[in-house]
Amino acid sequence: MAAPARRSLLVLLAGLLVFASLATLATAIYEDQVGLADWHQKYIGKVKQAVYHSQKSGRRRVVVLTEENVISSLDLRSGDIFWRHVIDKNDPLDQLSLSHGKYVLTLSSGGTILRAWNLPDGQMIWETNLRTSAASNPQLHVMSNNKVAKDNLVLVSAGRWIYAVSSIDGAISWEKEFSIDGLEIKGILQSPENDVVYALGLAGSSKLALYHLSAKTGEILKDIQESLPGGLCGETVLGSDNVLVALDKARSSLLLIEFKAERISYNKVHVSDLVQDLSGSFKLQSLSNGIISLQTSSSISLLKLKGTVGLEVIQKFDQPAAVSDSLSITEKDEAFAVVQHLGSEIEFIVKFTSDLSSENIREKVNIDQNRGNVEKVFLNSYIRTDKSHGFRALVVMEDHSLLLIQQGEVVWSREDGLASIVDVTTSELPVEKDGVSVADVEHNLFEWLKGHMLKLKGTLMLANADEVAAIQALRLKSSEKNKMTRDHNGFRKLLVVLTKAGKVMALHTGDGRVIWSNLLSSLRASRFGGMPSALRIYQWQVPHHSVMRENPSVLVVGKSGAESSTPGVFSILDSYSGEELNSMKLDHSVVQIIPLTLKDSSEQRLHLIVDSNSNAHLYPKSPDALNVFLHEMSNLYFYSVDIQANVIKGYSLQKSCGLNLGDEYCFSTKELWSIIFPSDSERIAISETRKMNEVVHTQAKIIGDHDVMYKYLSKNLVFVATLSPKAAGDIGSALPEEASVVAYLIDAVTGRILHRVTHHGAQGPVHAVLSENWVVYHYFNLRAHRFEMAVIEIYDQSRADNKDVMKLILGKHNLSAPITSYARPEVAVKSQSFFFTHSVKAMAVTQTAKGITSKQLLIGTIGDQVLALDKRYLDPRRSVNPTQQEKEEGIIPLTDSLPIIPQSFVTHSHQVEALRGIVSIPAKLESTTLVFTYGVDLFYTQLAPSRTYDSLTDEFSYALLLITIAVLVGAIIATWIWSEKKELRDKWR
Amino acid sequence: MAPPCRSLLALAALLLLSLSLAAAAFQSDELLLNDDDEFEGVGARPSVPSPPAAPAISSSRRRSADAPLPGAGESNAVQFTLEHDLGDGKGFVPAGTFSARLKTFAHGTQTLTKLRFTRNDLNEDDKVAFKKLLQEDGFYTIRLPSNVLDTTKKHNVASSIKARCIPRDSLDEHIVIHMDGVNILAVNYGSVGGCQYPRPMKLPSKWTFSSYTILKTAEQAPRTPSFADQLIEADNGLGEVMKPPEKSFWAKYWMYIIPLGLIVMNAVTAAANIPEEAAGQGQPGAQRAPAAAAGRRR
Repeated sequence: MAAPARRSLLVLLAGLLVFASLATLATAIYEDQVGLADWHQKYIGKVKQAVYHSQKSGRRRVVVLTEENVISSLDLRSGDIFWRHVIDKNDPLDQLSLSHGKYVLTLSSGGTILRAWNLPDGQMIWETNLRTSAASNPQLHVMSNNKVAKDNLVLVSAGRWIYAVSSIDGAISWEKEFSIDGLEIKGILQSPENDVVYALGLAGSSKLALYHLSAKTGEILKDIQESLPGGLCGETVLGSDNVLVALDKARSSLLLIEFKAERISYNKVHVSDLVQDLSGSFKLQSLSNGIISLQTSSSISLLKLKGTVGLEVIQKFDQPAAVSDSLSITEKDEAFAVVQHLGSEIEFIVKFTSDLSSENIREKVNIDQNRGNVEKVFLNSYIRTDKSHGFRALVVMEDHSLLLIQQGEVVWSREDGLASIVDVTTSELPVEKDGVSVADVEHNLFEWLKGHMLKLKGTLMLANADEVAAIQALRLKSSEKNKMTRDHNGFRKLLVVLTKAGKVMALHTGDGRVIWSNLLSSLRASRFGGMPSALRIYQWQVPHHSVMRENPSVLVVGKSGAESSTPGVFSILDSYSGEELNSMKLDHSVVQIIPLTLKDSSEQRLHLIVDSNSNAHLYPKSPDALNVFLHEMSNLYFYSVDIQANVIKGYSLQKSCGLNLGDEYCFSTKELWSIIFPSDSERIAISETRKMNEVVHTQAKIIGDHDVMYKYLSKNLVFVATLSPKAAGDIGSALPEEASVVAYLIDAVTGRILHRVTHHGAQGPVHAVLSENWVVYHYFNLRAHRFEMAVIEIYDQSRADNKDVMKLILGKHNLSAPITSYARPEVAVKSQSFFFTHSVKAMAVTQTAKGITSKQLLIGTIGDQVLALDKRYLDPRRSVNPTQQEKEEGIIPLTDSLPIIPQSFVTHSHQVEALRGIVSIPAKLESTTLVFTYGVDLFYTQLAPSRTYDSLTDEFSYALLLITIAVLVGAIIATWIWSEKKELRDKWR
Repeated sequence: MAPPCRSLLALAALLLLSLSLAAAAFQSDELLLNDDDEFEGVGARPSVPSPPAAPAISSSRRRSADAPLPGAGESNAVQFTLEHDLGDGKGFVPAGTFSARLKTFAHGTQTLTKLRFTRNDLNEDDKVAFKKLLQEDGFYTIRLPSNVLDTTKKHNVASSIKARCIPRDSLDEHIVIHMDGVNILAVNYGSVGGCQYPRPMKLPSKWTFSSYTILKTAEQAPRTPSFADQLIEADNGLGEVMKPPEKSFWAKYWMYIIPLGLIVMNAVTAAANIPEEAAGQGQPGAQRAPAAAAGRRR
């Protein structure tokens, strides 16, 4: 009896051990957990060019090129992405075209790289590098119906160069460099017989050149040059196949230049004869043979060429409108579309060039007001069921969204503004009200019961495949995750994002759906130039105690122009509804925005905005806020990093503003300290501070030998890295001897350099993250030919003698003494560097509610994935042979490189294309942090750096627990009965 | 400096070089380390007795700094002024002079050594201004030129401190100058000891500055340990097996000693109790009897 019992015990122990070891390994999520807590959304950005598949190919697809440097094929029926390529920012895409009906051609990097992509699947077919001069406006022209050569030639013009490239294999058929300096090819035309190519170029502002080239060889057949008096401003368009329309330098008249004849001749038309409003910029667009559109800041006019002598206005649209390119319908007829705003609707008008007076289609489409004006229209035709021509159009709106319009309806829309997020903040959801019963949440009791039955089956492993799928679907859309109320664990939040277009959107963390959106009117492009830009978004009011009933709100700060001195824009939005509560145009510029930790009585956060004259302005402008602020003003300091001047300066605030004494919310600043980096040896690369909302749980670190080290936890710590000027370029451009990275730790109140270390032979780009008392930074080591990550931990030595227990008892310790930056800190620094395999796009660190959970670094890798790397690997105290005590403390033996464990990619199979930022938001549950990653794509997930030690996971089998309890209770009863019987038997013996 | 002087110095350096080539090559390497925190703390003026700690440090450091001097470099005296702002509207006015030797190495880098600092006296106006600063709890700001050779550029690095942090018996200041070659990156100005908060108003008994100055250059980061190094290390370490540090007798056997001690103590008390029991017999014995009887009955 004894032997089997022991064996079973051993088996149990072994099982426990195996389980324990597995538990430590299982940091990654399982396959069936994908999509439960995380979501991934794909975007493409603002469309700037679009080409449709030809009618013959039968597929309803469109290929688009966007401002986020994405080329993508979309399904015209649903707007889904078939394939997508995100091209690197260093290789900007300029032109897009189709060739042969099966290749997509893209021209990028100023006309130097021509690529062909396979239309159905997006595979790259060939790539050709072209040598051109620095060109500003490269052109791509696909020759049609070429009977000369078998394959279609593609003409690429950039600057003085013209290349003819075979569209089959990308081989350069001929090339031509024109001899005129500063020539820029403005247009390429084919002769009707397809054997002559006309290239029209502009040199400087006044010299016009026309070349007749042989389509076969590129030989110059004829060469005509003419000087134009007055000069041109560069805005030119081909009005028809023998007239070039150009705007002159004074922007007062249009020149009609006829160039097909023996010599170049021109006629002048005054713009004022055509349109009345002459302010702002003009834009010319060629619609079809003989028709052009002239776009001014307030209107669009359709102009028709009267031969070569004049222009006449056909139609004028005074509302904000956009005109599409022309689309050939039949052999000789072409169509184009105009979309104009009419109140809350837009009007979609299609016209044929053969009959300009009538309209083929005039449809009204209802459109969300928060999308702004129409910016671009791309027209497409299809054959209706009654064999007539139908038209649909892709419309690009001001908020960068893309809509498909057909039969007076919006068929689908894509929120592509989310591809260009500028800043992110979060907001809590409203608290759940009383009296919301189960029935309100679930549809009815039967559904509810059925769901629970399914779940029970699932846990007891009785469910078949269909039911498993149903359970997954239930889990996915379980209202628990997507409810619009606050949850106990703090997982449900609103991600309030600010996009480049000036649109604020709130995304639900449950599934990433847009709750509300608001295109801020103050950040929309004004009629008279001045492109406003959105800068930052902050939490403005987070109600807690006294104003619990009010909704939280967010603050959006922007600039009304490109220059740094343009006045700022200030807008406050309700976080629950997106309604704009307040909007202001500031009377000063915005250089730096400093959110303060102070709040006024209505719990509005105080913000300081520093203008270009180094005056600080306090917001909100209320006497209450001013009182709170003045009380703390003597203890407020700020610093500025001027990368241009290579200087860091620290300031304090002084009572009144120098300019206008009446403004009591304006404060002048006094420069307290400055650090000047010698420009010939160091350039500022990056500066990083601790996150304002970071919580640190312990001030001390207990090391293996029961000694205590006090962390230097100053909120004013700034990390600055400088590069030697030569090390700022690409890797390989500098020798190890002339490249170096210098890392600084600076106290921002006194300007004290706490630590300064030089990495010789190191090169940028530098990425850094600062948290608690440590900083981790990433750079390239030229000597070792590898990327490196270095860590600096900073400890406070002045409190090191607090270890004495007697002092603690007698109250002589200085733990509770106020700390001032003016005391000279005694700090000790520990540092170490490690090799790292990847280059890095962004770095962040996990934030949790109380700061107890161990930290993970979130590293956006070059593969657009996010890697979670335990901070323990970046411990400067790691040594090759850690002592027993150090091992017990959890110090990992030193290795030369940081491990990349495939399971620790938090993005698992997804890629966040063109990754730009990683944000970590603490949940209420201490173990869990919410991670939001944005680039062209969005990705959100929950992360538990030390695993969920404070809650049971979703996978926890309650059924098993219940069964175990039942079995145990049964066993207890059984054994009790048994023992009773035995005792009775014993007594009767 | 005058050119002949420099050439003479260069000649001397050359001579020395030719005499002891090996030593010279070695010294240039050592210098960087010594320069790390060159310390030349000197009292404000000869008349002021400098604090007791400073001379000791400076003399000890000076020796190490002096040693490599006759080596490869040539040195020049440079001077630059410290300016301060007492917040009285006058702006920055000269308040002291730094003098140092500029050393040029064979490979062209230049560093400062033997830094000395002389403070100007505070005149009556300055004292009044300083007192006002103390009353207002204002900032005392100093600045230095950002390049010690080219002071015409008008780029200055500044540093400030609340004036109330400075006074002890005299006005104690602590200046850390961060150097990069001949460029001054930053100057950190502070009091010698801590500065408590809230800051009490206190006037110094002596209106003289006692200054401590430190020159600092950048530390060099150690090379990242590479795997090759580790392998070599492991090879070297093969012979001697790392022995855990010998523990004391008590540390090793306390877990045996304590129970043993307890048992012994128990035994002793038990032994002491036996005679008592024997004396006060009867009751325990009587109790024992029924139990034995019950056992027998079963």
